[in-house]
Amino acid sequence: MTAVFSVVEPGLLTTVQDLGRPGAIASGVPQAGAMDRFAHAAANLLVGNDRNQATLECTLSGPGLLALRPCLVAITGADLGAEVNGRAAPMWTGIFMAAGGRLSFAGRRSAARAYVAVSGGFDGERWLGSRSTYLLVSRGGMHGRGLKAGDELHLAADHSAPAVAGRQLARAMVPDYADHTLAVIAGPHLRRLDVTSRKALFGETFKVSAQADRMGYRLEGPPLVLSGDELLSFGLAAGSIQVVNSGQTILLMADHQTAGGYAVVATVVSASLPVAAQLGPGDEFRFRSVTEVQARSMRLELSAALASLASP
Amino acid sequence: MRKRRDVRQAVAGYASVTVHFDPDQATVDSLGAAIKRLAATRPKVEVPGRLHRIPVVYDGEDLEDVTRSLNLSREELIATHTRPIYRVFLVGFVPGWAYLGPLPEELYLPRRKVPRMQVPPGSVAIAGRQTGIYPLPTPGGWHLIGRTSVKLFLPDSDPPCLFRTGDRVKFFAA
Repeated sequence: MTAVFSVVEPGLLTTVQDLGRPGAIASGVPQAGAMDRFAHAAANLLVGNDRNQATLECTLSGPGLLALRPCLVAITGADLGAEVNGRAAPMWTGIFMAAGGRLSFAGRRSAARAYVAVSGGFDGERWLGSRSTYLLVSRGGMHGRGLKAGDELHLAADHSAPAVAGRQLARAMVPDYADHTLAVIAGPHLRRLDVTSRKALFGETFKVSAQADRMGYRLEGPPLVLSGDELLSFGLAAGSIQVVNSGQTILLMADHQTAGGYAVVATVVSASLPVAAQLGPGDEFRFRSVTEVQARSMRLELSAALASLASP
Repeated sequence: MRKRRDVRQAVAGYASVTVHFDPDQATVDSLGAAIKRLAATRPKVEVPGRLHRIPVVYDGEDLEDVTRSLNLSREELIATHTRPIYRVFLVGFVPGWAYLGPLPEELYLPRRKVPRMQVPPGSVAIAGRQTGIYPLPTPGGWHLIGRTSVKLFLPDSDPPCLFRTGDRVKFFAA
């Protein structure tokens, strides 16, 4: 076990996350994992890791970390004002840190979640095959909780691929988190909305309320009118847009409930979930209806961006 | 479904199957056709699920209100709730939660108007045509009629849940 960082300041909520545990949803355990899977995977690839190594997901305000040994890191996702030794640090590229170096965050400039990867990957408790922190049941990552001052972070592997600094994601491939448009495909209960509500869903502006966490976001927006009988409970996925009986909408995110009985009128496509992950309380956005084919081509674009980093 | 490489997970519900698939390997149409074929050829003989006997202390916070609303005595409520062998229709919501039913008609009650912010784990509850056990301290809108010491969420087991879809559950008064 090689200690790589000690936590000087934890930030608002910093958790260890990988790509999650896809095998236990039938037991009520969501896949979880990084909210912005693109930024997470990119951070890993920039430091020579495979995509599933654990990174730190830093929410709204970043942590303060002290390097205990020389290491290669990458910072992706939200711009929370990353600094190395007090100087602005470039994002979406691999950067070397010397032992004794300090990684800190000056403050949120845009988006909501930054990811920090280290060559070799962060270690953490595995639960059901994943190091992802699942706060609801206090499992995975750092004892199932967010980082605290005084925690020590270890490397998962001492010998990773040769670490090359300066690997960079082409500017054109960096996601435009400022474009608050979430692509959605029709959900199983879209037809339960009347015409006016359907127009409102795809035309009007919604806002992330203060009740927004890794499980989901309660949204403020036009009330949507549902018809039909109460539904029998069924399985849910991340990206599901639920309409509760009061007409309020909820967007399910990484740590979502795995089943429920509220109507699902649309589902945010996987390629738009990174943008959704970067919305914070108070942010306004719109839904845009796309076809399955369009959703697929959006997904391919993200895969191509990641593939550009995967080559040696 | 679980044998297919393009399927990650399948969650059976009351009248639905939610299939989580790899969009790089399957389309909604290709998978939909396979699911319809499978639904048409399901075996006629159903293998009965495992039977769990669950001891319950019937002293829930809502017990008095429930007996009053249903016009039943405490003894009648216990006798009615412990009579059926319930079926696990769906596992999900939170880790360890299972939707059990059908509940005898004499016990139908709509959910509480104001859900509780936190329900003690182990609480045995009813709502609508369903009954269940809260595995974790979560918010909840069901009526609490009792409690059990049986653990439903088993974080150190794989799968981490006592009940599986299709299992059978019989309650008895402890």
